[in-house]
Amino acid sequence: MSEAVKIEGHDHHDDHHHEPTFIEKWIFPLDHKFIGMQYLFTGMFMALFGGFFVYAFRMQLAFPGMSVPGFGTVSPAEYNMLITNHGSVMIFWVAMPVLIAAFGNFLIPLMIGADDMVFPKLNRLSYQLFFISVLILMASWFVEGGGFGGAWTAYPPLSADANYSMTPLGSSLWLLAVAVEFAAFLVGGINFITTAMNSRAPGMKAQDVPMTVWMICIASILFMASVGPLIAGAIMLFFDQMVGTGFFDPRRGGDPILWQHLFWFFGHPEVYVVLLPACGFVADVITVFSRKKLFGYQTILYTAIGTGSLSFFVWAHHQFVAGIDPRMANIFTVTTVLISIPIAEMMFLFIATLYGGSIRFTTPMLWALGFIGEFLIGGVTGIYLGASGMDIYFHDTYFVIAHFHYTFFPIAFIGTFTALTFWFPKMFGRMMNDTLGKVHFWGTIIPLNTIFIPLFVLGAAGQHRRIYNYNHFPDLSTPDLQALRIVATVSLLVLIAFQAVFLFNFFYSIIAGEKAPVNPWKSNTLEWTTSSPPPHGNWHPDDMPKVYRGPYEYSVPGREDDFWPQNEPA
Amino acid sequence: MGFRPIANTRSATGIMTAKLAVWWLIASEIVIFGGLLACYIMHRLAHHEWAYYAVHTNVIAGATNTMILLTSSLFAVLAHHAAEQGDGKKAARNLLITCGFGLGFLVVKSIEWTTEIQHGYTITANTFWSFYYTAAGIHGAHVIVGMLCMLWVANTARQGKDLHRVENVGLYWHFVDLVWIFLFPLLYIAK
Amino acid sequence: MIENLLPQASSYAGDIDQLWLILSVIIWFWFACAQGMFFWLLWRYRYQEGVPAEYVTGNEKHLKRWITIPHALIILCDLVVIAGAMRVWYNVKQDLPEADMTIRVVSQQWAWSFVHPGPDGELDTEDDIKTVDDLNLVVGKTYHWKLESRDVLHSFSIPVFRLKQDAIPGREITGWFKPTKTGTYDIQCAEMCGIGHGIMAAHVVIRTEDEHAAWMASQSN
Repeated sequence: MSEAVKIEGHDHHDDHHHEPTFIEKWIFPLDHKFIGMQYLFTGMFMALFGGFFVYAFRMQLAFPGMSVPGFGTVSPAEYNMLITNHGSVMIFWVAMPVLIAAFGNFLIPLMIGADDMVFPKLNRLSYQLFFISVLILMASWFVEGGGFGGAWTAYPPLSADANYSMTPLGSSLWLLAVAVEFAAFLVGGINFITTAMNSRAPGMKAQDVPMTVWMICIASILFMASVGPLIAGAIMLFFDQMVGTGFFDPRRGGDPILWQHLFWFFGHPEVYVVLLPACGFVADVITVFSRKKLFGYQTILYTAIGTGSLSFFVWAHHQFVAGIDPRMANIFTVTTVLISIPIAEMMFLFIATLYGGSIRFTTPMLWALGFIGEFLIGGVTGIYLGASGMDIYFHDTYFVIAHFHYTFFPIAFIGTFTALTFWFPKMFGRMMNDTLGKVHFWGTIIPLNTIFIPLFVLGAAGQHRRIYNYNHFPDLSTPDLQALRIVATVSLLVLIAFQAVFLFNFFYSIIAGEKAPVNPWKSNTLEWTTSSPPPHGNWHPDDMPKVYRGPYEYSVPGREDDFWPQNEPA
Repeated sequence: MGFRPIANTRSATGIMTAKLAVWWLIASEIVIFGGLLACYIMHRLAHHEWAYYAVHTNVIAGATNTMILLTSSLFAVLAHHAAEQGDGKKAARNLLITCGFGLGFLVVKSIEWTTEIQHGYTITANTFWSFYYTAAGIHGAHVIVGMLCMLWVANTARQGKDLHRVENVGLYWHFVDLVWIFLFPLLYIAK
Repeated sequence: MIENLLPQASSYAGDIDQLWLILSVIIWFWFACAQGMFFWLLWRYRYQEGVPAEYVTGNEKHLKRWITIPHALIILCDLVVIAGAMRVWYNVKQDLPEADMTIRVVSQQWAWSFVHPGPDGELDTEDDIKTVDDLNLVVGKTYHWKLESRDVLHSFSIPVFRLKQDAIPGREITGWFKPTKTGTYDIQCAEMCGIGHGIMAAHVVIRTEDEHAAWMASQSN
């Protein structure tokens, strides 16, 4: 099927006859596993900021005007900066680096039986670009005028003109940080796609590739195909900010709505860019812990590709009341409601995978199941918003916030914990504590719901977004509604507190956890055939795996073991 | 420093990995330029007065640059041909000639822009000129990057190494040329 | 349920609330089915000593049915959703019934100003009444509103009308409503417009025709 063409330098052990120095290994790594770790730890670090920001602004909402412990009083300008950067950080500096870059880097070569990514230096460069984007973003928070506060969507004219935004430096630095982050992921995507396409182990056909790899690749393609127009738009916005052009200024013949189209043409596929990797993790975990083949591997792929393709045709549902031609709204209602079909089908196929299984509720399995249960809520509530007539009322209310957190939280956090608790043994050579894992699970899932269900109610009561204090709105200042805000905030505090359990479990287990065996979960895929953690090069060069079957041959009738590793000869 | 993973030597699709990578890069650039040009076209259709602003673009300069780039691409093809035959030195020579034409492109553009700016047609003059400088400027940046890559590849090709890179850098250069083929009529001819 | 949280004060508020009800029935029915099946499978196929898992590919016809039939039924439900949405959308956003009166709504950083026709009933005449942050309407009359922005994007939002429309600088956007209930209610700006976005509150006062006439009279003093 695929042939190992020998070119010079194939025995890389000769090239690395010297042990990498500390700097080479940890600061400028070429090994995909280490680059993956850099992304993972950076993403986790940024999550602390994203979490701190939401803590501060939710405290302001529950107890308006009071000084927030650890932050101080929240001014209207600071409130806007907090919500803007909470959103930006969580999407661009937590979800994407962790789900795609960290796990993609760590897992893709391992799962396809390769010794590294195809272009290790390019891989290293992608992280370096990403790191620079982190520095630029953080700088934007401390410059004169304050950090950008125009919402993560950055609509002009507010974002284009410092006279309106009052954050001249903050706006431009934020924009630059986002642009550099985009560049980092475009560069990173090169490796994911080419490695998965070309460097598969001998015998690994397309339908033998684990879902995690497929989903990260489709996500990379979606990202690449959708981000271009926004990069063009970002350059135009940057010029408006810095040079005085008027691309988005109606006084100069520009059009603010153009930005919205460019932004959401990317913005909608982007949510599937982060969703698909999470789905990939869920697929790989539920198969292992139900000891079952995936129900309809090919169909799942079609739903992923179908959802991804359709995602390019739904974007203006974010703009129903933005001033677009009202007739256009009808088209986008049709496409938006229809896109729920392939993604619902994917969820049904995951649920169907449980049928006939032998389900063990380990911590990774709990997270994977939690993803399915919670994401369903996010998915169905999207229908309210895709129905144009309903969106007239719900647009820019907390109903939207609750909907997208019921999708994003499962994607970014439940998806991450699914992958992290599952692959932790392979990554760090140790086992995490399962009891603490379960405590963390319940301590996260329950508050998740008690935060966002009140937000659905608040949205239905007409509470609009991005407001630092509802005391100016008599209809929204009732004690009942304020009680809901407090419930949500207190739940958030509980949620944050339980993350301490995870952090302790995570770091303690890295140092002193029980040593992990090669294949603790009795999984079929190739990463579980090498040591925990894998050596440099993943396998001995003479011992690279060959593949004889698909990744989900569990409970095959007639076999003694209920699993059948991909690399075991027939 | 040749850390070349085994992964780099495999080809399940039959296409060399480096070529796949260049196509991926080109695809992402198509979306970027495509987005920018789509915005330009939509604006142009909505603003009839832009036809009057566009009168002042220099067709001679634009046409000259079109000829320069097309000729440069010819030499990129010759470089690829030489690389296929294993003649690294000839490939490097042709890449350098390609670069030379690229330099010519930049020189013509500098003269053109200097003249226009001196006449008051700056990036902030009106939105047509904003698009003009942005689109042509981003294209120019890609020309510069392309030239730098070609110099680097020419250097290794001269030593007879990594000759497959000649084709790949040529692919990228053809793409840069293609973008210009779209820009030229949109910015210079449509008046 | 929405009407339990805040009143319906426009002629189309009831349509929107009714759409909510239709959507909710469909959405939560399917949600209950999916979650119900999910939890049942988790319980039924939990690990039991000595009971191995089955080898199921997903190509088995009798099992695929459980996916394809709901799939088809959901598509039918989606058609109902789309039809319902389009009907309401047309009524609020595409249709423009004849107006009894026209008002102008001006948004800026960070206040609302309104221009009401004066006793002559015509807008853009000398007796127009200009106010800041309070909109004064007559119950039962059909209004056209003309929305503009002086600077950045804003959004004209009246929850009790269930209405929302973004305001774009450089454009005038026209819409309509018909108040059906007297009282004083919130007007919001529903698009991020800067530091003062949170204080950009206004209110709408809906009166009977007589009360409104009295208000107009008081304004000319």
